[in-house]
Amino acid sequence: MADDDLKKTFVMKGIGVSPGIVIGKAYLFDRLDAQVPFYKLSDPGLVTGEIRRFRKALRESEKQLLELKNRLGDLGGGMEPLYIIDVHIMIMRDRKFIDLTLQNIREMCVNAEWAVRMTVDKYREIFDRMEDDYLRGRISDIQYAGQRILANLVGKERAAIELGEGIVIIAADLSPADTAQLKIDKVLGFATDIGGKTSHTAIIARSIAIPAVVGMENITRAVRTNDEIIIDGSAGVAIVHPDPEVRKRYEEKKRLYEKAQDDLLDYAGLPAVTKDHYRVEIGGNIEFIEEIPSAILHGADGIGLYRTEFIYINRERLPDEEDHLAHYRSVVGVKGLSWATIRTFDLGGDKFFPDMKPSRELNPQLGLRAIRFCLKEVELFKIQLRAILRASVQGKLRIMFPMISGIEEIRAAKRIFTDVKNELLARGTELGTEIEIGIMIEVPSAVIIAEELAKEVDFFSIGTNDLIQYVLAIDRINERVTYLYEPLHPAVLRLIKQVVDIGHRAGIRVAMCGEMAGEPAYTMILLGLGLDELSMNPLAIPRVKKIIRGATLKESKTLLNKVMTFSSTTEIRAFVEAAMRKRFPEEFLANGQ
Amino acid sequence: MIEARTFEITNRLGIHARVAAKIVETAHRFQAEITLEKDGVEVNGRSILGILTLYCPQGSRLTIRVEGVDAEEAIAAFARLIEEKFGET
Repeated sequence: MADDDLKKTFVMKGIGVSPGIVIGKAYLFDRLDAQVPFYKLSDPGLVTGEIRRFRKALRESEKQLLELKNRLGDLGGGMEPLYIIDVHIMIMRDRKFIDLTLQNIREMCVNAEWAVRMTVDKYREIFDRMEDDYLRGRISDIQYAGQRILANLVGKERAAIELGEGIVIIAADLSPADTAQLKIDKVLGFATDIGGKTSHTAIIARSIAIPAVVGMENITRAVRTNDEIIIDGSAGVAIVHPDPEVRKRYEEKKRLYEKAQDDLLDYAGLPAVTKDHYRVEIGGNIEFIEEIPSAILHGADGIGLYRTEFIYINRERLPDEEDHLAHYRSVVGVKGLSWATIRTFDLGGDKFFPDMKPSRELNPQLGLRAIRFCLKEVELFKIQLRAILRASVQGKLRIMFPMISGIEEIRAAKRIFTDVKNELLARGTELGTEIEIGIMIEVPSAVIIAEELAKEVDFFSIGTNDLIQYVLAIDRINERVTYLYEPLHPAVLRLIKQVVDIGHRAGIRVAMCGEMAGEPAYTMILLGLGLDELSMNPLAIPRVKKIIRGATLKESKTLLNKVMTFSSTTEIRAFVEAAMRKRFPEEFLANGQ
Repeated sequence: MIEARTFEITNRLGIHARVAAKIVETAHRFQAEITLEKDGVEVNGRSILGILTLYCPQGSRLTIRVEGVDAEEAIAAFARLIEEKFGET
């Protein structure tokens, strides 16, 4: 294999879902080696030790396989599995395999784990080029042998992945549990094969402010661990093996981008008021309590959406009331934030639950999730509600139920809420006085019966991610239809308008907490729609504030009225983009958006 | 002593892991140096990964070169193995 060919610069395109530019080393993530530490050796003197560890792991792996073979042999049961074990032993004894790994340790100066990983990756690349499906699939035997060696290298005590500095994670997709396992603070960026603007990878990347590009189709095949890689999350590209000139250009771009970010921070502390004195409240969407400082720094007035899923994910056992309470106490009544909106359990769908094994659903987005699950598992629901209520004593609290599709669901949820509240009061628990109940408006049926729903609650919060996918019938993680995911679809805009108008007629507050709320190109449209609160990823706040402060409510309404006369998304998009470019040339030309 | 023969791989799945393992096992029974060649690429007959990366689906033409005191027996053993389609279909 000619290594020189592989070092050629190449560019891959996808969907930029979290802005920014980073330059780092690729790290191919797959779940199997999620427990393995990879690092560069700090001193060449450590090479000998790593070689010794590798050889020892080889011996142990082989011994285990021989034992396994003997055990299986004693059991009888045909020759097939024994053959596979022989294959794995042969791979571990293969001179090329061993030499390549030793060479990686010596020349790349990496630990044995990383060296094994690079060897397996190298073979994977060779196999990926094979046309015959069956033979190409034999890479699995090499991967298996590699995993066995890694397991022996690592031992069993590690829990989280340890990464070296400056790593860009390359993966097919990242689930909530995957990201929870990563030491995220060391990660520079993400690039994934699948996903769209609202996939988990995208949300996480934005929440921790690192660039991400998704929907790259086959980046996991094209890139190997330790390849140099640039991720431009604004433009949606990854550049692998950048030549020195490209690299230099990107270092400059990175510097400019970061400077622009700093400039924007000037807007963070200012209120979101239009030139004609119309005030919009700005919420921050968070899923970790660790994000609260960032929400405050970027100028959130309150927490508009606290996703509670991570309290459940990646734990040994189900969280109890005290586990919940510890989280909610950090969110409610925080200095510098006026309110906290906590969304109850929204698992199911593309999220998952390690403890309980829900029956496999073919269509989880339409399955037993969110409020449906809560109303079925009432005791679980009550644990969460009790903890939320107990935290209410600290400050202004909004409780939000997700995925309400009919009046029965909100009534049932409220009944359970009242039961829990009464139990707590009977016990003498002190509760807050400012508790509001609201629902996510994300199922189309909820829009249609919004008038009735408005009588039941104190506020609505429009969850555009789900609303758009349900209304337009798009599977939002299927990259073949992401082109249809369109917040400016006339149907979407009309539904939002309907919800805001009905809510205001009923005298309740209407917020928006989907990704749409944080997209500056839509800010004037949303102003025109009259939303009371826009809740978004904290990083998006300064830019949205800049638009709000530069615009008037009057011109926003004019823009919206014009937009509502168009019948196609294409016209709307063209019109809105042109209008925003004209109105805010700096914002919409500089970053190529 | 040097022996070399070219074979066509006729079993349906070609040289996959299990077949490669049989080739390695056979190679280990002899003292001779054993080299497999396809399309100008040569690999060591005792390296399972070498053999797999040679990429021999059904219909491939594979040349086996054997060099050593027991070359004649070795090449005969390989000929038998391949003619029997490695015990497959």
